[in-house]
Formats: sequence, C-alpha cells, structure tokens
Amino acid sequence: MTDTIDNLVVVRGLTFKFGSRVIFDGIDLDLQRGKVTAIMGPSGTGKTTLLRLIGGQIRPTAGTLYVDGHEVPRLPRGELFELRKRMGMLFQSGALLTDLSVFDNVAFPLREHSGLPEAMVRDLVLMKLEAVGLRGAQRLMPSELSGGMARRVALARAIALDPMMIMYDEPFTGQDPISMGVLVKLIRDLNAVLGLTSIIVSHDVAETSAIADYIYVLSQGKVVGQGTPEALRESDSEWVRQFMQGTPDGPVPFHYPADDYAEELLSNEARR
Amino acid sequence: MNALQQLGHNALVALQRLGRASLFLWALLMGLPSLLLRLPLLIQQVFSVGVLSLVIVVVAGLFVGMVLGLQGYYTLVDFGAEESLGVMVALSLVRELGPVVAALLFAGRAGSALTAEIGLMKATEQLSGMEMMAVDPLKRVIAPRFFAGVLSMPLLAAIFSAVGVMGGYIAGVGLLGVDAGAFWSQMQARVDFYEDIMNGVIKSIAFGIVVTWIAVFEGYDAVPTSEGVSRATTRTVVYASLAVLGLDFVLTALMFGEV
Ligand SMILES: Nc1ncnc2c1ncn2[C@@H]1O[C@H](COP(=O)(O)OP(=O)(O)OP(=O)(O)O)[C@@H](O)[C@H]1O
Ligand SMILES: [Mg+2]
Repeated sequence: MTDTIDNLVVVRGLTFKFGSRVIFDGIDLDLQRGKVTAIMGPSGTGKTTLLRLIGGQIRPTAGTLYVDGHEVPRLPRGELFELRKRMGMLFQSGALLTDLSVFDNVAFPLREHSGLPEAMVRDLVLMKLEAVGLRGAQRLMPSELSGGMARRVALARAIALDPMMIMYDEPFTGQDPISMGVLVKLIRDLNAVLGLTSIIVSHDVAETSAIADYIYVLSQGKVVGQGTPEALRESDSEWVRQFMQGTPDGPVPFHYPADDYAEELLSNEARR
Repeated sequence: MNALQQLGHNALVALQRLGRASLFLWALLMGLPSLLLRLPLLIQQVFSVGVLSLVIVVVAGLFVGMVLGLQGYYTLVDFGAEESLGVMVALSLVRELGPVVAALLFAGRAGSALTAEIGLMKATEQLSGMEMMAVDPLKRVIAPRFFAGVLSMPLLAAIFSAVGVMGGYIAGVGLLGVDAGAFWSQMQARVDFYEDIMNGVIKSIAFGIVVTWIAVFEGYDAVPTSEGVSRATTRTVVYASLAVLGLDFVLTALMFGEV
C-alpha cells in the first residue's frame, strides 16, 4: 500500500465508466492528512462521481483507491459502513431528510450510531448548529430553509460524528457573500480545530483557492493540473490558466461531447 | 426481426428486474431482526401506512356491504330465501371482497404513497445521504414501511369485512325488513372459522406482502427524477392491482376448489 501514512486518500489508476462513457481515465490522486485538498474542473467532469467513488457508493471500472489504508472498492459492507462513520459528506443538494426537523436531522447520525443519552445528543446538536450559525433554526423543517441554509445544516450533520474527513460537494454555490465568507472560514477552522482532512469539490476558483492547500484540476477524465493555488495560477498549461482565471475562450470545451454540429443540423434523419 | 429482438430485450429486462426485486425482498426480510429491536420505527409506519388508509377502507366497506345487502336480497327473495342474506353477505365479504377490495384500495391509497415517498427520497439524494452516514436505507427506511404494510393489510381487510357486514345489515334488515334474528343466526351457523375466515385472512396476508413489496420496490428502483417517480407510482397501482386479482384467482382455486 502506497504511503497511507501521510495521505488519507490515495487513488491509483482510477478508471470509471458510465456505460460506454468514460468519466475517469486512469487518474492518480494523493490527499494529504490534515490538509484541504480541492478537486476542480468544469461542470460534468465527474467531481461528484469521484466523491461517490471515495465513499464506496459506486465501484471503479479499474484501478483502486484507499481511504485511511482501506481499499474501498474491496471492503465488505460492514467495514465500509464503519469507515463511512468516519467520513462526512456534504451533498450538493444538502440531502436533508425532509420528514425530520433541522434538529432531528443533525441528531440523526448521533442517534443511529453513538448510543449517547438524549441529553448529550441535544447538547452536541446545539453545538454543531451553533458552529454553522443556525441554532435559531433548529425547529424549522427542511422545506422551510433556503438552499444555502440547508447546506449549512447538512454541514452540521456531516460533522456530528466528528469524522476524520469531510467531502464537500460544491459547498459555495447558492451562498450569499456573507454566508460564503462564513463558510470559507468555517471549513478552514473545522479543518484546523478538529484536525480534519477536507476534500472540496468546486468550480468556484476564487473561494476554493483561498482555502485549499492543494488543488487537482480534472478535465475529460484526466488530471490536467495539480499544485498549490499559487503554482496553478502560474501554470505552463494554457488550459489550467484559462480555468483558474475563468476566461470564456480557450481550450476548455463548453460543450458536452457531441457529433459534428453542422452535420447534425443538415442531416435528414428523423428525430427519435 | 427487429420486433423479435425487441421482444427478447424486453423479456430480459423484465427478468432482470424480477431478479432485483427478489434480492430486494430477501434483503428486507433480513432486516426484520434489527427492526424488532426498534419497534417505534415500525409503529410510526403502521400509523402512516395503515391508520391513514382506515377511513377509505371503512367508507368503502360500508357501501360495498350495503350493495351486497340490496343485490343479495333481490336475488334471494325470489326463492323465498332472504333469511340467508346474512350468510351471503358475510361469505362474500370474508372470502373475497374483504381481502380483494381492501387490497385494491390499499394499493391505491398507501401503495402509491409509499412509492412516491421512497422515490422522492431517492431523487433528492436522501437515501444516498443516509448510506454515506453509514445508515442502511433498506433497514432504516424501507423495511419498516414494508413490514408496516404487511401487518396493516390483514387488519384493514378484517375491518372492511366487519363494516361490510354492518352495511349488509343496514340495507337488508334496516331498509328491506329481513328478520334480524335470522340474519345473524344463519350467519353464525354457516360461516366456518377455518374454511372461510382463516382462508380470507391468509389471502389478505398474501396480498399485503405482494402489494407492499411492489410499492417499496418500485420506489426504490425508480429513476431518480420527477418523471421517473411519477411513472413508478403509476406502475405500483397497476401492477399491484393486477397482482392482487391474479393471485386471488390462484388462491381461491387452491382453497375452495376441489382441484
Ligand atoms: N447515473 C448516471 N448514469 C449515466 N451517466 C451519469 C450518471 N451520473 C452522472 N453521469 C455522467 O457523469 C458525468 C459526471 O457527472 P458528475 O455529477 O460527477 O459531474 P460533476 O463534475 O459533479 O458536475 P457538476 O459540477 O455540474 O456537479 C456527467 O457528464 C454525467 O453525464
Ligand atoms: Mg456535481
């Protein structure tokens, strides 16, 4: 097993396909313990898919990945669940349980796993909610929250079991500038205070650069750039520079792979 | 040739689905022991699955019973056998209409709701989220709903039959003047506990398993979009209703036929 002492997540030759569509084509990643690593790339490159692979929800077509020394794709179900108790994941949509209140959502993992008495659960939940600034919203139902608030509740839930790592899927989208700032600080602080390892998936270059220690840039199934935020801005690759600076023109394709445009417009083939 | 290919393809897809559904049922049954340790989860679902179907079952049972009373009376009175109305109403309800109609209502009321709820939980990543919190959604979400359905169905069918008998009484004795004593005593004498009531109960248990199984599987297997969930909900009602009617024929032939 490769350097799992320093690296919490080690990915080697990871290949993944949805049907015949190749999402990842032999990528290697090393995510250092205690650091904030960002995975960036255009929409649809498979960032969310990568998090699902790390969480063991889907299995790679080829290659492998280790989390804390465990080879995730080969882990039996029981051990995978044990490992997941130590991984927090913040879904793009928040994924709050809609039939439970904010309080009960955050309490959910504690009640399922910790076996703590209810009084202690309550204190822990209030602490986590306070950390994301939503203690006042504890009695609301998820349908009464804005998208940004839901994301913060989901964050409180993700840290409820004090995991060793957190995976954030697009934490910044849908946040106003203030809560964005709060969130950026929160992620940094959580990382420092709780000694977490954080993985941030995002395409918000500015915010991500501000907190990431190391960035991988993915495109079309490959790692096209990696390094510290500073190093990436000065990258030799035109592609990476375009992405980091956000200019619309350049080698980054905006389109989902398709047949030739003119050909398709001119073809007489009836619509299916 | 193409049509043949399509047919083969569809058959394979259907078989695959049946295989998945069977594994799914197996996994649910495996979830029973851990569910017994967490009875509140089950009770909560019995409430939302069973108790909420109660009103429709009671109202439908009353009307079906009253119609049986009227129709039975008109037929029996020609033979001067209107005293047997109680038996006729009770047997039709306990053997057939109770389990079958209650199951059809259950599929429409509770089955569709189960599918939609589970399908939406899937579409909004709630099930995925649970998995990432190391909570098995099969055990935490699906199994309680499944067993709640299986438990509720026989009770609903029994309530349907009981209310139906009352409906038959209201129509036959109350409106048409059949002798009340004859109504009850003939019923008491001729309805057999094992032959009639137990067979009806067995039917309703079988229907409960099939309807709830279809409902939770369709939800769990739904394409996670709003369209996928709406299709799954429709499929639940259609498949569950057809399954109930088909199964009823098979069970009836086995129980009451001399085959
Ligand atoms: N269930 C699926 N079946 C087939 N293809 C899928 C499925 N889920 C995702 N894909 C494809 O995989 C690719 C990667 O999806 P993914 O959700 O990982 O993208 P992403 O990088 O997270 O994008 P975004 O930034 O928009 O969230 C997409 O192009 C999508 O078309
Ligand atoms: Mg995504």
